[in-house]
Amino acid sequence: MARRAFIAGMLLAACTALPAQAERLVVSLSNHRVAVTSNFTGADLVLFGTIEPDRPRGALRNAYDLVVTVKGPPHRLRTRRKDRVLGIWVNVESREFINVPSYLGVLSNRPVPAIANPEIARRLQLGLKNVILTQRVGADFADTVPDDAFRVAFIKLETQYGLYRESPDAVTFLTPTVFRVAIPIPANAPTGSYSIDVQLFAEGASVARTNSALEVVKTGFEQYVADAARDHGLLYGLFASLMALVIGWIGSVVFRRD
Amino acid sequence: MHIYLPIADLPVNIFLVLGMGLAVGFISGMFGIGGGFLMTPLLIFIGISPAVAVASVTSHIAASSFTGAINYWRKRAIDIPLAMMLLSSGILGTATGVWLFTLLRELDQLDLVIGLSYVTLLTTVGALMINESVQAELRTRRGKPATLRRPGSHTFVHGLPFKLRFKRSKIYVSAIPVWAIGFSIGFIGAILGIGGGFLLVPMLIYFLRVPTATVIGTSMVLTLVTMASATVMHAATNHLVDAVLALILIVGGVIGAQFGARTGQKMRGERLRLLLGLLVFAVGLRFAYELVVQPDELYSIRLVGSE
Repeated sequence: MARRAFIAGMLLAACTALPAQAERLVVSLSNHRVAVTSNFTGADLVLFGTIEPDRPRGALRNAYDLVVTVKGPPHRLRTRRKDRVLGIWVNVESREFINVPSYLGVLSNRPVPAIANPEIARRLQLGLKNVILTQRVGADFADTVPDDAFRVAFIKLETQYGLYRESPDAVTFLTPTVFRVAIPIPANAPTGSYSIDVQLFAEGASVARTNSALEVVKTGFEQYVADAARDHGLLYGLFASLMALVIGWIGSVVFRRD
Repeated sequence: MHIYLPIADLPVNIFLVLGMGLAVGFISGMFGIGGGFLMTPLLIFIGISPAVAVASVTSHIAASSFTGAINYWRKRAIDIPLAMMLLSSGILGTATGVWLFTLLRELDQLDLVIGLSYVTLLTTVGALMINESVQAELRTRRGKPATLRRPGSHTFVHGLPFKLRFKRSKIYVSAIPVWAIGFSIGFIGAILGIGGGFLLVPMLIYFLRVPTATVIGTSMVLTLVTMASATVMHAATNHLVDAVLALILIVGGVIGAQFGARTGQKMRGERLRLLLGLLVFAVGLRFAYELVVQPDELYSIRLVGSE
C-alpha cells in the first residue's frame, strides 16, 4: 500500500513538476547473428529489455504494452491467382509486391487491437494488417486496403510458410518493467540483416521506441554453394555435371559385373 | 537428420531424399530408363519448387545415364556416329528448351506448361505402352508370332533425302528424322527435367528402325550429353541447380539402379513394359488431376528479386 501510494505520489509529482512523463527502453538481444548451417532447422532468439525512467528518480506507470516488429531484408514478390480456363486451373492475374519484408514478425504481450486503437495502430504500422506492403497496380505503387484479396492471400501464404507471423504471446513481462521477447527465426528465413523495432505503449499511447538488429547468414558450405551458384553460374554448372559424371563412373566401376 | 539445401532454400530430411533417389534409381535400372519423369514430380511433391526440381534432376539423370552408357560401351552396344548425329541437334534442342524455360518462368506459366506437358506425354506414351504389351501378351497366348510389324517395311521416313549409313546399327536413313528426334528430346528434356529415354527408345525403333542391340546404349549417350549440358545451361542462366540436392539424388540413384537392373533381368519383356506403361500412365493421371481439380489455394507467390 505504501508503495502504491509512493508511486501515485511520484506520478502526481511527475505530472506537476515535469513537462512530460517519459520512459526509456533498454534492450539486449541474446545473439545478433544467426548462422544457417547444413542442419539448420530454425532458431529462437531472445530479446531482453527493461523500461526505465528517462531521468533518475523519474516516474513509471503501472501497466505497459510492448509491440516488437521484426523485418527481414526487403524483396520483391509476385502473387498470382489461378482461375479456371477451359477446364484447367491457370495463373491468370498477378500483382507484384515491391520492397516488402522477406520476414515479418509482429510480437506483442497481447493482441494489437487491445493495445492501441485502430487509428494509432494504422499510423504506427502495428500488426500484419497495418504494415505497409507496397503493390504495383498498373503504373502506381501503393498499398491497398487491408482486405484486398491479393494482400490477404499474400499474408496468408507468407504465414503458412512461417515467414510472416503475429504472436500476441511472444512478449512476457517478467516484472512490470522487465520483459522478454521470443523471436522465432524459421528454417527458411532469408539471409540478410533484420531490423527489430520495439515500441512501448501505455494506456493506448506510444510512449517510447527503440530498435535493434540481427543478421541471418549462411555459413560454411551452404554459403559457399549459394554464392558459387549465383556468382559463377557457368563454373558451378560445369562442376555439378562433372560431379554427376564422376559418381556415375564410380557407380559403374563399383558395381561392375563382368 | 535434416540437411539444408542451399539453392532450394529449405531443409529436407536427407534420408527421405536418399530414399527417393534409391527408389527412382531402382525403377530406372529395372526398366532401363532415366527416371526423370518420376523424380521431378516427387521433388515437387516434397515442396521443392518445380523450377529447382527440373534444373537439379538434369544432373541426376546425367549421372545415371553415364553409368548405363559405360556398361553399354563395354558391350560395344553404342552406335557412335548415330549418337553424334542425334547430339548435334540434341544440344541445340536443349539450349532452346532452357531459353523457353526461362521465358515461361518470367510469364508465371512454367508450372502450367510443365503440368500440361506431363499430362499429354505421360498419358499418351503410357496408353501406347499398355496397349502394345497387352496385344503382345494376347498374341503369345494365342500362339501367334510376337511381332506383326515387319522390321523391313517402309514408312514415309524412308523416302526423305540426305541419307546416311550407320554401320553398327545396320540402318540407312535420312538425316532429317535423326536431327528432328535429337532436337525434340533435348528440348523436352530441358523443360520437363526428364532424360526422355522412354520417348527416345520407341522413336528410334519405330522411325529409324534402330535394332534393339544398339538402341538403349545409343539413347543413353544422347540422354547423358543433353542432360549434362542442360545442367550447365540451367546453372548458368537460371541459377537453379541445387548441387547438394543433386548429390544426394545421384548417390541414391546410382546404387538403386544396380539393384533395379538385377530385378529387371529376371522379368519378362512384355510384363516389364506393361508395368512401366501403367506407371507412366498413373503419373500422367496424377498431373491431370492436379490441373482439373480446383486447388485448395488459388494464390501462389514467386520471388522476383531482392531490393
